[in-house]
Amino acid sequence: MYAQMVKSTGKSVQALDDMSPEERAFQERIDRGEKIEPKDWMPDAYRKNLIRQIGQHAHSEIVGQLPEGNWITRAPTLERKANLLAKVQDEAGHGLYLYCAAETLGVSRDELFEMLHSGKMKYSSIFNYPTLTWADMGAVGWLVDGAAIMNQVPLQRTSYGPYARAMVRICKEESFHQRQGYHIMMTMANGTPEQKRMAQDALNRFWYPALMMFGPSDKDSVHSAQSMAWKIKMNTNDELRQKFVDETAPQAEFLGLSIPDENLKWNEERGNYDFSEPDWDEFYNVVSGNGPCNVERLEARKKAWSDGAWVREGMMAHAEKKAMRKQAAE
Amino acid sequence: MSNAKEWPLWEVFIRGQHGMSHRHVGSLHAPDAERAIKNARDVYTRRNEGVSIWVVEAENIAASSPSDKGPLYDPARDKVYRHPTFYDIPEEVGKM
Repeated sequence: MYAQMVKSTGKSVQALDDMSPEERAFQERIDRGEKIEPKDWMPDAYRKNLIRQIGQHAHSEIVGQLPEGNWITRAPTLERKANLLAKVQDEAGHGLYLYCAAETLGVSRDELFEMLHSGKMKYSSIFNYPTLTWADMGAVGWLVDGAAIMNQVPLQRTSYGPYARAMVRICKEESFHQRQGYHIMMTMANGTPEQKRMAQDALNRFWYPALMMFGPSDKDSVHSAQSMAWKIKMNTNDELRQKFVDETAPQAEFLGLSIPDENLKWNEERGNYDFSEPDWDEFYNVVSGNGPCNVERLEARKKAWSDGAWVREGMMAHAEKKAMRKQAAE
Repeated sequence: MSNAKEWPLWEVFIRGQHGMSHRHVGSLHAPDAERAIKNARDVYTRRNEGVSIWVVEAENIAASSPSDKGPLYDPARDKVYRHPTFYDIPEEVGKM
């Protein structure tokens, strides 16, 4: 769900009999559980969809460093600072694994950056919310990374080999992120009344944005159906959101914090929690660029990219000069 | 936005532990081999995943194509005599 509302280029799902022989053979490979590799034939729409999805996922990892990077120099202890630094460094790594998976589909990393910076590609709406207090580092790790894990674990079985392998690495590393966040929440919830109040405030602010990470209800979406047929999406948004609420509600209870939802209640009959939907108008508003931090995040990204240009160019020039000298000496 | 040349793509291979072969783990961009190794260290071995790193520029890798699958691998299919189980040896001979 670091990839929300990925627009599909495919129409509704085709029946096997309506497909061209190539498309049919492709779909049958996916149905058999075979992985598609970069040099294999694939429908154009599959390729385009995947570039959008993996690209959006990668951008989310990269932009996701910003709300936390904000707190590295303000962490309350040296240990927390080291933890947060390691987490943010992981996110840079996760972005890179994903960019390289996307690159196997025939798009370059610089092209992807270009599309992010020009607003042609999106990143997850969650990173357009500000991180106001240290407790937000707890809430982000616990809820945001928790929600991310919920989505990423099934994606380890996705049909595209390089994407699936990137997801395996990411999932291995990500559970530390959630645990360090929950650890911060535990410490604050058991701290002074003021610290507990900060933890509750962070939960209040991040709860609904975290639920939005799964994207709008997709039961009627043809895009989603095609992505599921291609196994580049493994569960519906609603399934994952429910799973997230079911796992998170008892964790909040353990902290002695309350989830800001009067309707949150265990439903014995369904075997799930009932809960309120987030405000979808807010979601669409944030996605379309009007969240509290959209402008700031994109500006920070663009500034980092253009400020680093002379370093990238200088290192390339140096490498070329060295290569030429070596050639001349031979 | 600058139109500078993009850093070339390198494929990264890591030896996970002593005695094992290097295994492909992914790719990254770097201006030269030296930097590619340093970047690979940061990107792929943050948790002691390796004891040795190889990098090779992606454009220098030659790969078989999926359509060669038949000519390349089919000839091995009917050569079951390359496997030990092809040969029936009486049990009284013992372990072999």
